[in-house]
Amino acid sequence: MAVRTQPVLDQVVASAPPLEVSLWRGAWTILAKEVRTEFRSRELLTTTAVFALMVVVMFSFSFDPTREEARKFGPGLLWIAFLFAGTLMLEPAFLREQANDTLAALRLAPIPPYSILLGKTLASFLFLAITEALLLPVFAVLYNVSIAGELLPLMLVLALGTLGIVVPGTLFSAVTAHARMRELLLPLLLLPVLTPVLIAGTEATAALLADPPEWPTLWLKVLAGADIIYFTASFFLFEALLED
Amino acid sequence: MRKTHALWLLVRTLAALWMAAAGYAIFFVAPDERTMHEVQRIFYIHVASAWTAGMAYLLVAVAGVLYLMNRQPRHDWLGVAAAETGLAFTTVVLITGPVWAKPVWGIWWTWDARLTTTFVLWLMYIAYLLIRNLVEEPQRRAVLAAVYGIFAFADVPVVYMSIRWWRTQHPSAVIGGGAGSGLDPTMKAVLFFTWGATMALFAVLVRVRYRLESLRFEIELLRQEAEEPSAAPAALRLQEN
Repeated sequence: MAVRTQPVLDQVVASAPPLEVSLWRGAWTILAKEVRTEFRSRELLTTTAVFALMVVVMFSFSFDPTREEARKFGPGLLWIAFLFAGTLMLEPAFLREQANDTLAALRLAPIPPYSILLGKTLASFLFLAITEALLLPVFAVLYNVSIAGELLPLMLVLALGTLGIVVPGTLFSAVTAHARMRELLLPLLLLPVLTPVLIAGTEATAALLADPPEWPTLWLKVLAGADIIYFTASFFLFEALLED
Repeated sequence: MRKTHALWLLVRTLAALWMAAAGYAIFFVAPDERTMHEVQRIFYIHVASAWTAGMAYLLVAVAGVLYLMNRQPRHDWLGVAAAETGLAFTTVVLITGPVWAKPVWGIWWTWDARLTTTFVLWLMYIAYLLIRNLVEEPQRRAVLAAVYGIFAFADVPVVYMSIRWWRTQHPSAVIGGGAGSGLDPTMKAVLFFTWGATMALFAVLVRVRYRLESLRFEIELLRQEAEEPSAAPAALRLQEN
């Protein structure tokens, strides 16, 4: 009996609409959820933006912020502020799901597992990019650095660098969610790994803010290379991570 | 059991003898360097330790990949054993480097690409060992360590290539450095002989550390068994192996 019903069953299963949605649609749904959550609570963006602003202001005490000095130290300062803001912001990316164990629900959803990470990565990218967009003009005004002329290339550098921060950051946020003292753990793990991004981001920004500005081909390549490596690694590792 | 014990004793003895022979070769076989003289002899230990550390971190990454694929606790033990030993060798590199730099450069440290990337490497594997203390559950700890070990390994090729990509104060490559570089044949032989010795030492240390980690794992299982007897089968299974 079972033998005869099998082909019919197969046909029914085959004619049903596919349950799995595509990687990008799944990621888009997760991204929309993250943005909605953030829009309702508004805790992450405000906290991080204020924190990053504080870092920028505090740095003014560590050197004499004249125009020349700012040109020398400014790019590094800016990237340190972005890095700190990033580690602070990436902390809750997966932690948030723990309060009501909603990560289990996300895993049950008929979406490819990687789209959970991808959606959260895109959300982190968006939030960090907004923070940077708020911080950059403030930095330019306070430290008397002109950014208007090189705004487009600067945005490219920021986009590549931000991607380099959030891709490993979101992955590490997923793995550290169960650790003790995870608030301390994420910066500890993330900062050394992000060294290439910090170096290349700082050098590229310095080249663009120099007088006359230069096009930082090498450092853009380093940033893009780091992004590709991080992306590939996170793609292969995350599948393994979600198994348990 | 007795046979493996004897073999293990032999391996340890050979590693010790090899290290002693390398010490002899460094001071009595390797020729005098023209400008740096005796100070240059630290080069053999410095470079051999650096290569061994690189191999150790490769092993950490490989163990991480194996763990993520098969979920065998022993791959996690191998990972932590290699990471800790690699950290010891990197520490040797970071100590012998400045000891050599002070008389030759006149300074202990400079922030050039080779030195900075090595320092970051050292920090990353300290972080690797620190995080292991912060995750209670063995499986989660192993996953976290495996992922981090794979990511951290990305810095190793950067360290290796740094003296080839950037113009550093650190001396440029003498092995595989391209045209115009090279090493006296005797010096080269002593270097590779010393590398063999550090690799033998590395193998012994990894073996000891691996055993320690497996014993810790067993104790953890027995403790769980003592606390809740329902978990007993797991511990029994391990004893049978």
